[in-house]
Amino acid sequence: MGIYSTIGYNLDEVTNSLYNGKSGIVFDQSRKDLGFRSALTGSIKRPKLKGVLSRRMRVGLPEQGEYAYIATMEALNNAGIDEDFLDKNEVGILYGNDSSSTAVIEAADIVREKKNTTLIGSASIFQSMNSTITMNLSVILKLKGINFTISGACASGSHSIGLGYTMIKQGLQDRIICGGAQEINALSMCNFDALNAFSVREESPEQASRPFDRDRDGLVPSGGAATVIIESYEAAKKRGAPILGEIIGYGFSSNGEHISVPNVEGPVRSLENALKDANLRPEEIDYLNAHATSTPVGDLNEAKAIYEVFNKGRIPVSSTKGMTGHEMWMGGASEIIYSMLMAQNSFIAPNINFTNPDEYSGKLNIITETKKSKIDTFISNSFGFGGTNSSLVVRML
Amino acid sequence: MNSKEVKEIVNEFLIEEFELEDSQLLPEALMKDDLDIESLDFVDIAVIIEKEFSIKVTSEDIEKIIKLEDLYNYIIDHTQN
Repeated sequence: MGIYSTIGYNLDEVTNSLYNGKSGIVFDQSRKDLGFRSALTGSIKRPKLKGVLSRRMRVGLPEQGEYAYIATMEALNNAGIDEDFLDKNEVGILYGNDSSSTAVIEAADIVREKKNTTLIGSASIFQSMNSTITMNLSVILKLKGINFTISGACASGSHSIGLGYTMIKQGLQDRIICGGAQEINALSMCNFDALNAFSVREESPEQASRPFDRDRDGLVPSGGAATVIIESYEAAKKRGAPILGEIIGYGFSSNGEHISVPNVEGPVRSLENALKDANLRPEEIDYLNAHATSTPVGDLNEAKAIYEVFNKGRIPVSSTKGMTGHEMWMGGASEIIYSMLMAQNSFIAPNINFTNPDEYSGKLNIITETKKSKIDTFISNSFGFGGTNSSLVVRML
Repeated sequence: MNSKEVKEIVNEFLIEEFELEDSQLLPEALMKDDLDIESLDFVDIAVIIEKEFSIKVTSEDIEKIIKLEDLYNYIIDHTQN
């Protein structure tokens, strides 16, 4: 596993933040200057890759590609996979990403102003495409296996892991780099801000993302990148890899209704499909990492779905988005890592800012303070625009 | 702009942007084989030339630049015209 997020730039820092309920959310004045309704955002530093990667490898990476590179190098290092191994073995990449705005905007600005495409330069196209992460990392890492991007809105990262698991289960690949990346720059968020979907609790940024809380008023955009290396058990064992956990269930569904308003039935089917794939009963899951993004309708409907599937909501639940904000294309992958880190360290991270329940969240077992807890098996939800749903079940080894 | 100034500006961006060493920047150095500048890099060199020297570079011009001194001479010729 490897991560570069608003609550830490590596696994140790992130574990510490999860344990302490630390928020990665700030007020960004530049968004106000641009006329944003909400200036709230996750905050992250751009890594410095000059001197780390050659110019040609570096210039094609957009912001979130840099995050993905750092997260992936941490993941490969922890998995005991080096350059020589990548060169001699078939390793694939399936990564979640669903936008890459800056290069597109800058290229359009140049063409409009200068009427000259030459001035766009050579890197823009490779930064612009949704497949920017997989196209760049596959070249940098000299990958020889499956290679494409999953764009499944805010479930992209989760679907990438689910599809990787499926390919490995079918015997099509031995190991795949999976994950999700999310840009965090202001312009990439302007059209989302236009939907009035963001919290405007600007006077207290750290309290703005309040999943399941009665007084939640919208999500807080955030980003970074998260990478997991998934591998067949036989292949991992053969090379003596450190095996952290086993993906045992992938459930997915489509709501088939509204483009932005989620429903209850879709998530219920996604959860039930994941449990069925894992061959587990609801009571056999120790922790549920919720998708809950702090939007009024999304959290409400997820609470209803969890209540319905998990024996009237007895399962311990938290949404880490209270700390991280909504990591969108990255979230499905990062939240697997957050849950893994909790399980490895025997605690449940708090759903911060859950002060007052609403009618439905009050029926769930939402963990509000860091809780010592043994987690053998967990489930993680990710839902996205268009009604795409993904649920993953992981069992610790 | 004299040839010394052109060389200085070109060498500066090759060192800064393309991470080359000053010692590599010999006039007879082959752009591709010695300086590792590939076709995609020429797109970025064209951008820098246009910004620094206000010369609109065509792909036909680029193809004729084999050695570093060809690049210097191309810019010198076009800034004098």
